[in-house]
Amino acid sequence: MTMGKPLPHDSAPLHVTGQARYLDDLPLPAGTLHAAFGLSTCAHGTITAIDLSAVKAAPGVLKVYAAADFTEMPDCSPSTHDEPLLATGTVHYIGQPVFLVIADTHLNARKAARLGRITYADLPALLTVDDALKANSRFEQGPIIWTKGDATRAIATAPQIIEGTMEVGGQEHFYLEGQIAAALPQEDGVHIYSSTQHPTEIQHKVAHALHLPMSAVRVETRRMGGGFGGKESQGNALAIACAVAARDLNKPCKMRYDRDDDMMITGKRHDLRITYRAGIDANGRILGLDFTHLIRCGWAQDLSLAVADRAMLHADNCYHLPDIRIESHRLKTNTQSATAYRGFGGPQGIVGIERVIDHIAFALKKDPNAIRKLNYYRAAEPTGPGTGHRIGSTYSPKNHIPQTTPYFMEVEDFIGQDITDALEKSSNYAARRAEIAAWNSTNPILKRGIAFTPVKFGISFTLTWLNQAGALVHVYQDGSIHLNHGGTEMGQGLNQKVAQVAAQVFGVDTAQVKITATDTAKVPNTSATAASSGADMNGMAAQNACEIIRQRMADFLANKLGLPAAKIQFQNGEVRAGAETFPFAQVAAWAYQARIYLSSTGFYATPKITWDRVKGQGRPFLYFAYGAAITEVVIDTLTGENRILRTDILHDAGTSLNPALDIGQVEGAYVQGAGWLTTEELVWNAKGALSTHAPSTYKIPACSDRPPIFNVALWDKPNREDTVGKSKAVGEPPFNLGISAFLALSDAIAATGDGSRYPSLDAPATPERILMAVQAQRDV
Amino acid sequence: MSKRIGSFAVNGKKRDTIIEPHMLLVDVIRDSLGLTGTKRACASGNCGACTVLADGQPVCSCLTLAVCSQDKALETVEGLRAADGTLHPLQQAFIEHCAAQCGYCTAGMLMTSKALLDANPRPSREDVKRALSGNICRCTGYVKIIDAVLDAAQKINAAREVAA
Repeated sequence: MTMGKPLPHDSAPLHVTGQARYLDDLPLPAGTLHAAFGLSTCAHGTITAIDLSAVKAAPGVLKVYAAADFTEMPDCSPSTHDEPLLATGTVHYIGQPVFLVIADTHLNARKAARLGRITYADLPALLTVDDALKANSRFEQGPIIWTKGDATRAIATAPQIIEGTMEVGGQEHFYLEGQIAAALPQEDGVHIYSSTQHPTEIQHKVAHALHLPMSAVRVETRRMGGGFGGKESQGNALAIACAVAARDLNKPCKMRYDRDDDMMITGKRHDLRITYRAGIDANGRILGLDFTHLIRCGWAQDLSLAVADRAMLHADNCYHLPDIRIESHRLKTNTQSATAYRGFGGPQGIVGIERVIDHIAFALKKDPNAIRKLNYYRAAEPTGPGTGHRIGSTYSPKNHIPQTTPYFMEVEDFIGQDITDALEKSSNYAARRAEIAAWNSTNPILKRGIAFTPVKFGISFTLTWLNQAGALVHVYQDGSIHLNHGGTEMGQGLNQKVAQVAAQVFGVDTAQVKITATDTAKVPNTSATAASSGADMNGMAAQNACEIIRQRMADFLANKLGLPAAKIQFQNGEVRAGAETFPFAQVAAWAYQARIYLSSTGFYATPKITWDRVKGQGRPFLYFAYGAAITEVVIDTLTGENRILRTDILHDAGTSLNPALDIGQVEGAYVQGAGWLTTEELVWNAKGALSTHAPSTYKIPACSDRPPIFNVALWDKPNREDTVGKSKAVGEPPFNLGISAFLALSDAIAATGDGSRYPSLDAPATPERILMAVQAQRDV
Repeated sequence: MSKRIGSFAVNGKKRDTIIEPHMLLVDVIRDSLGLTGTKRACASGNCGACTVLADGQPVCSCLTLAVCSQDKALETVEGLRAADGTLHPLQQAFIEHCAAQCGYCTAGMLMTSKALLDANPRPSREDVKRALSGNICRCTGYVKIIDAVLDAAQKINAAREVAA
């Protein structure tokens, strides 16, 4: 069994020796040109004059492009044709590319890009959600509103109302490898190398820009130095710019954003304001709930509609809310175009309902977990042997009517209650909570806090057609296996997981399977490696291809030996045929000589899903992934300084394809999630310029921010749905566990007061915000 | 700006290449000498991905002028393996502990850790945290990195004791 083995990342030996090649490490042909953008310094304005004479005269510059140099401006948008490669008459944010320099070296291109003289006539710049709301500047006609039941009536008749507002900051991806692309002109098209999560999108956009069929554009991605959603659409501009220059100058062209440019130009996680109004009963059961999301999308649509949808789709998290109304405003502002970021809006939805739960518990002076359990979805009906229910069967008899989400999807697989019970026990939650309360009562300066966060995260792309994947597998006559699939490797270990799936089918060692760079010429029409879907979908597609070839080999051997095909088994690098065994390579050689085709494509389309995003109804997800975290923190009430002391996590990866990689994903996601809500603060100045455009001013969690006690375990139970090896997706769901760090800080702040004022902490909870919140407690 | 021949001692080998006074060490190492294991990530001395050792001390090669590094013994990730290809215990431990995900910070992490272990063969968890405070990893959450460094230290020490 190779599936389920805790193998290290397939590239690990290359990573540690410096041999793993990233795009910037590839030797490109001599004479390769380098590109850089000249950026807007105005948040919103009309370009009245553009003088690029100094740029053109700068050393090493070969060509300079501005809007006037294009008869048709290439578009970089993944959604709606609203992102010109270069500003056309109007600039929409500080950092928007206005002109493009092509030079002999990277440094010369960058130096020249500083020499443009552009004059703007300022237009009113909308920087905040309030600005945008006032100006009715938005995507889509008006707010999207989903309702289930009658929230207004339920709230109005409830014994008690809890309401509040929360600001939630954005997040810079800070993939260690910045955005980068290269284009090599070919005799009949162009070959693109791109650090992208979505090679097909790059192919599509480059083809469009060059007026070529997609078949004339080949995109290759070996690996990324981190993606996190930031390379789903944000690489389009670089690839298009390189492709245009490569065509015009008939030379290879490469473009790499330096870090400051990267942070100024590219989109980040959507920040938002969440307003909530909950009607509750005396025990804390939520009777009715009304959410408003004011989401700052930036200047272009990008993926914002789907991100905002996913925030709405996660507004319930683990809680059954029969009467709920969610109103979502997708606001257009003069800032970077916010984009995909791990969780894709889900964390923004979940943080809202977790805040509501916390607020209710504070008001009723109860343990927040008591409120959680009261409102949880009903546990999944047991299935499997002895229960009379087949696992995951749609037609299994049901003993009760399942509860539905705010978008009317049945919650068939809720295991949040079981995970909560197990984690409370293993982390000694109740006793620690009591001990912390006692400790706080005797410590006036330092205060500790503890908080729990459960997660239910929907798995599948909400744009239904994206839920498909392809693979291409070759078995060579020496028995070695070449595997290609549509997913991209960004550090998550996708290739290793898919190799494990393929090795399992052929009964060989994982090392025998060679996975090669993602290539649009090998597997076409792929979806982004996003929505945590990489292993789920590409694993299934690869399995399909491998099973087709294995069947051909089995049929061949059975025929040769006069056995039924069922007697042929592939295991331990051998093929067992009745009483005989042959090396896998021997059977491959025989099959080849017998003219059996040892190559196949494979395909997977996620079953069961349907979704109407306008109505907000359907089954957008095949299943949910669950998890929970408990975080304990301490704050210094004199400075706002804070530390995470301990974190306990129990996370559901189904039957894990690779527990070592999955635990790595959970740990990394938690720290990144905690960073989002604590240290990582994006600040735009009054003119709309991002002030925090380098890691010197934007604080990414460092080694010392990691919890000193960090207990991470997987909830190792099979997925009820028929996924690859009964595993569950693991990329995004554990990101949400970082919310527990934020709520623990809020709990510590609450300990400084008399219990009469809810801290109402905004995110990120920087030391300044914590200090102000502590002060507010003392001002009561 | 005048071009000149720069002489560098990298991983125990003398390497000559044309440099200019403004050139950064990271660019010379990567672009002129072809040692691309060292990474450019923030280009402002904040993330540590470009860390190399100069006379045993970890330095950000993105902040160091190449011209000033000619009299120093430079070590990059490519020089970490033994001449016979045997991995350094840190490299082995990083593999076994899954301490690299995307791998872009790994060279810097390894070089900083090597400087630590060379100077302090028995570091505490706290020592490792302090030593790596200038190296950012966006993927792992640091758990496995610290575990790997401590494990490597133990294995180096055990090997030394056997040898002694």
